[in-house]
Amino acid sequence: MVLGIDIGSSSSKAVILDPSGTLLAAQVVNLGTGTRGAGQVVELAHRQAGTTPADIRCTVATGYGRMTYQGADRQLTELSCHAKGIHHLFPKARTVVDIGGQDTKVLRLDGDGSIDNFVMNDKCAAGTGRFLEVMARVLDCPIGELSQLAQAGREPVSISNMCTVFAESEVISHLSANVSPANVASGAILSIATRIAGMAGRVGVVPEVVMTGGGALNQALVAALEDALHCTIQTPQEPQTTGALGAALFALGFAKKE
Amino acid sequence: MNEQSKRSSKQWVNDMLREHYRHARQAKEDGQLVCWSTSIAPQELLTTMGIITMYPENHAAAIGARKDTEQFIHHTEQMGYSSDLCSYARVNLAYAELQHSEAENMPLPDFLLCTSNICHTVIKWYENLAKELNIPLILFDTPFNHTDEVQEHNVKYMEGQLYHIIDQLEEITGKKFDYDKLREVMAISNETCSWWKKATELAAAKPSPLDGFELFNYLAIIVFARGTEEARDLFHLWHDELAEKIRLGQGPWKEGEEQYRVLWDGIACWPYLRYTYKTLKNLGINVVTSTYPKSWTVSYETGDIAGMARAYSANVYPNRNLNYDVDNMVTLTKKFGLDGIVFHSNRSCKLMDFRQYEVQRRVMEECGVASVMFDGDQTDPRLFSEAQYETRIQALAEMMEANQRKRRNAQ
Repeated sequence: MVLGIDIGSSSSKAVILDPSGTLLAAQVVNLGTGTRGAGQVVELAHRQAGTTPADIRCTVATGYGRMTYQGADRQLTELSCHAKGIHHLFPKARTVVDIGGQDTKVLRLDGDGSIDNFVMNDKCAAGTGRFLEVMARVLDCPIGELSQLAQAGREPVSISNMCTVFAESEVISHLSANVSPANVASGAILSIATRIAGMAGRVGVVPEVVMTGGGALNQALVAALEDALHCTIQTPQEPQTTGALGAALFALGFAKKE
Repeated sequence: MNEQSKRSSKQWVNDMLREHYRHARQAKEDGQLVCWSTSIAPQELLTTMGIITMYPENHAAAIGARKDTEQFIHHTEQMGYSSDLCSYARVNLAYAELQHSEAENMPLPDFLLCTSNICHTVIKWYENLAKELNIPLILFDTPFNHTDEVQEHNVKYMEGQLYHIIDQLEEITGKKFDYDKLREVMAISNETCSWWKKATELAAAKPSPLDGFELFNYLAIIVFARGTEEARDLFHLWHDELAEKIRLGQGPWKEGEEQYRVLWDGIACWPYLRYTYKTLKNLGINVVTSTYPKSWTVSYETGDIAGMARAYSANVYPNRNLNYDVDNMVTLTKKFGLDGIVFHSNRSCKLMDFRQYEVQRRVMEECGVASVMFDGDQTDPRLFSEAQYETRIQALAEMMEANQRKRRNAQ
């Protein structure tokens, strides 16, 4: 058995695979690096898989907490792990958009799933999951319901500030001007999609396009990005665990080599 | 063998730096004229006149490396300057008021020499210094080269300015300019640049004998001592040390092997010099070259003032167009056998940043090397995230590893 653990800034994810690569467990805990999240998610994964730590032959850690996780045999970046995970699930994927807690990445993959090129958000949190969280908080809407709220918006407002703090002020002034939360939410989603489309343009969008990370749970965002990129976007069934899956697949490769 | 040649070049660099500041402070006390100058300026004229010249960019970098910039940055912002202004300028404008740093201290100037080949912010920065300190400012204006080559009318314009600067120096010092001495200084400067170029090019060997971050130490010397025999001899010694390492098959480090060879584009993150270096080294990444060395390879025919004017406009990539930047980086990529390029998107330097995306795109298209861009700043420590840097550098290493694996499999 092998374990892949992805310790992000706002959540921890774990995947356990058996030696044939069959998925035994995939778990998410909404606690990120520096918390009990990593320990909890591994425990949950073992419970789901019916395994114990002694059964694990190799562990690969990824995400922001990868260097501080004690139980890892190897550490790899979330870029390589997302690429690996997505290539496994969507072998024809050539462009991957990963919206994580504090990083958004657009990866260009070659035919065997290696990264040809990538861009990450620069300067600030604009276009990341953190931006979505801040918007949800101001709108007093649980993050899981933000997509639904945005889809109800018929006249999205323009949110032009790249800076998350300034955008928050902009949202507050829209709400003060009695703009409906749905139209504000819709505007926020559009602004993030526009920002990501700008990043994607720099590496070049080649189909098939897959969206992953927590941001891919937001259907309104997926739809807005499809519009912005003028293409269809696929999403994994469990987009949050793609990085952990990739880490586990790397672990499987390392275990076989030993 | 004289005393100096027994020292390692590294020790010699440290000695020269210490002496540079000590001598300047003493000279100021003794009533000698001190000039503050931008980093790639016609020092030949100042050296000929025996003027003590200090370089605020060098000084700000030294303060940065000592992690002492924040007090200066806060002070400048309290003075009313924007946090968007170049942090070298912010550090220096504050230093001109505070006059003390944990790094070396440099004496205040009696006049300023500003050359616009590195950027145009320096013009306003030096104008403000001149006004605040009530001292003369000499400006050497080197028009930006939109065309691929330096235009003849610009050479004439700059040549005329160099003669005017000589007049201004005669007026400030009250001394006659010695053209024979200038020829000597030009000859020495050419030789210094030649050894600097030869030494830095030895890093093309595989493995490179040079730990690229060491280049940053030697850089301070090429900035302030280019026209001196001591600097010429230092770079000659450095060259010979590196050549000997190549002969012995020695790589850049005592422990660990050079696994990946990269180019560092842009200025260092001085407050995080050690962190940025260690992160690379821990992954076996050696910075074998950068866009720095060429900027200080100022070559001309000895005695040719027009040629000197052309060189100060031509060798500095921020003063050249996009094609030059791309061609230069493509040449370096091939010559040094690079696996990747690290682009420092430096908040301070809009001039360097604004074309980085396009340079990156074109160089990758032509050379197929992996590359990564990270956010930082040359001296403002508030604009850099260690975790974000580490993730980007590790991702670069993973891409370079995949590329090397593919090449091996293809063989």
